[in-house]
Amino acid sequence: MIQNIPLSYFLVISTLMFFIGIYGFLTRRNLITMLMSIELILNSVNINFVAFNRYLYPQQLEGHFFMLIVIAVAAAEAAVAIAIIINIYRNFKSIDVENVDEMKF
Amino acid sequence: MADYTYTILIPLIPLFVFLFLGLTGHKIKPFITGLIGTTGLGISAILSYATAYKYFIGAHVTGTGYTSIKGFEVAWLHLTEKLTIHLGVLIDPISVMMLVVITTVSLMVHIYSIGYMKGDPGFYRFFSFLSLFSFSMLGLVLATNIFQMYIFWELVGVSSFLLIGYYYEKPSAVAASKKAFIVTRFADLGFLIGILMLSFNTGTFDFQTLTDPHGPAIASAGGAAFMGMSVLSWSLVFIFVGGAGKSAMFPFHIWLPDAMEGPTPVSALIHAATMVVAGVYLVARLFPVYALAAPDALTVVAWVGGFSSIFAAVIACTQTDIKRVLAFSTMSQIGYMMLSLGVSGYGGEEGLGFMASNFHLFTHAMFKALLFLGAGAVIHAVHTNEITGMGNLRKYLPITHITFLIACLTIAGIPPFSAFFSKDEILVAAFHHNKFLFAVEYIVAGLTAFYMFRLYYGIFWGKKTHYHHTPHESPLVMTIPLMILAFGSVFAGFLPFHNLVTSDGLGFESHIDWMIAIPSVLIGVLGIVIATVMYKNESPLPDKVAGTFKNLYKWAHHKFYMDEVYLFVTRKIIYRYISTPIAWFDRHVIDATMNGIAGIIQFASYAIKGFQSGRLQQYAFVFVSGTVILVLIFVYLV
Repeated sequence: MIQNIPLSYFLVISTLMFFIGIYGFLTRRNLITMLMSIELILNSVNINFVAFNRYLYPQQLEGHFFMLIVIAVAAAEAAVAIAIIINIYRNFKSIDVENVDEMKF
Repeated sequence: MADYTYTILIPLIPLFVFLFLGLTGHKIKPFITGLIGTTGLGISAILSYATAYKYFIGAHVTGTGYTSIKGFEVAWLHLTEKLTIHLGVLIDPISVMMLVVITTVSLMVHIYSIGYMKGDPGFYRFFSFLSLFSFSMLGLVLATNIFQMYIFWELVGVSSFLLIGYYYEKPSAVAASKKAFIVTRFADLGFLIGILMLSFNTGTFDFQTLTDPHGPAIASAGGAAFMGMSVLSWSLVFIFVGGAGKSAMFPFHIWLPDAMEGPTPVSALIHAATMVVAGVYLVARLFPVYALAAPDALTVVAWVGGFSSIFAAVIACTQTDIKRVLAFSTMSQIGYMMLSLGVSGYGGEEGLGFMASNFHLFTHAMFKALLFLGAGAVIHAVHTNEITGMGNLRKYLPITHITFLIACLTIAGIPPFSAFFSKDEILVAAFHHNKFLFAVEYIVAGLTAFYMFRLYYGIFWGKKTHYHHTPHESPLVMTIPLMILAFGSVFAGFLPFHNLVTSDGLGFESHIDWMIAIPSVLIGVLGIVIATVMYKNESPLPDKVAGTFKNLYKWAHHKFYMDEVYLFVTRKIIYRYISTPIAWFDRHVIDATMNGIAGIIQFASYAIKGFQSGRLQQYAFVFVSGTVILVLIFVYLV
């Protein structure tokens, strides 16, 4: 069944997700939303991993393992990022990225 | 072979005393610090005497004479297979002799200083510096290789600097200490160049290998030549430059008279008996190399020594500061020693000059330390250095008077005092090798007797001088060292040096050559008689004589304007034509380049610092677009 779906479909989906993520990261002002955009980017990459693994090396599982690692790292990253965002909120009374521009010359 | 490992303690004890006094001295009562310093040096002295006894009289003397023994050695710096620097203890006739000289004089000076420096606020500092000096000097004479000697050579220079500048609140003392340090340091540059050249050509630093008559150093003498002298000779001449700097030979002598700004015991120890003979010791240490491989370098030594001795003797006749007279006399006597080394050959009777030089070094240490300590006692009593402020002191200072008289008779070469024997050997050695230098030394012998008795009469006889308070004899702690040294001055001449300290370790027969000894005694007596006529009672004669030789007197009184020559050369020539352009180059080229680089970087950073806006999304945008552009480049263009 899955053989009927060409690889390019998966790649189109993942590319769309990737650029949606980039777009969200560059345009949203809310730090939580930006974090969600990063998750989108990561997941688009995960789709690529799995899809390439399935179509290029069906007997092997490296792509799957990579995907699992990325998910694990993403979970940890989300935890750290949210901790940072909470601290930013405590300091700036806001999670708008426009307000967090102290680190400049 | 006897075990000499314990000799390492001889220099180490003063080092520990120096560290202890230097770190804790300010919390201890002054008298106790003096006692600690003296005790430490006393132990060193006892160990030195034990070593001398064991070495010279012990059972291991064989048919090959006194050999040199390494008592102790460690590899201190292991740089490469070929370049390793050792530290150790070398025991051979001259180093053992120097041990005895240094520890004896240093011990006397320590004891004397307890009295002389009494009440001085820097008492503990003085004693810790004295210990530092003793450590450095002992390390110098015990060095197993030329590099270790260089290390201690510089340490000696530093301690001399510290002690000359001991009265650091006195500007003249500070200037003198700087002068001494810079002049000797400048000469040490020659020493370093010499060391590098010598060890490059011979592949070793080690004295035993260097001075082995069949070793590689001597064999390399036929190497490349430069300007008519072999490279080995050049290296030895450079090493001699270092020795001349420390030993105040012409033209590096200018620091020695000024060094008299230091406390008098220091002058006795450093600038009379021990440090200034380091140059003689250096030449003696490398003597086989000089004598067998580079006789031309030895000729340089002889002429420099001979010239310095008469130069200094003439100046000494006109000086009025008693310590300066003694300083020039020291220079003159060291000139004798150098000359004696210079006219010596290697082995047996030929090595007479070598033996005589070391003999004179030994006796000189005794009587010159005695003269300085005596002068110190006089200064202590009348609080002036100028001979014009003294006179008729023999009633007030009886012990000082007698011991000073003994020292003067000794230096004048009157038998049976010790210097008669050593000076006689020098004159014999000179007579057999160089008649001209022999004649020069004859005149110097007369001049020596003259200026010493001029000093003696000026201090103890002569005009009635009115003193603010009656001068009184120094305490026992100061007079006992005088008496011990006087004893040494009288009897040191009877030591059989020709069997103990010789160029090849073998003894030889030596006897007094009366054909030379009698005229030398006569000229000494003549000098004394002239001095007696001129200075015993107040008379117009000295002024008349000075008037007759007006120009000579003026030149000698101003030390032949050597200081002025140096000032002219440094200030007018080096400063104006070398230093000033270099300073300009430094400021306008090197500094400007550096400032230019810094300026460009500063300009560039101002220009681009706007990029760091602090806005996160701008960074992300730049990053993403950069990635996209790179991907496009790599996909479509490469």
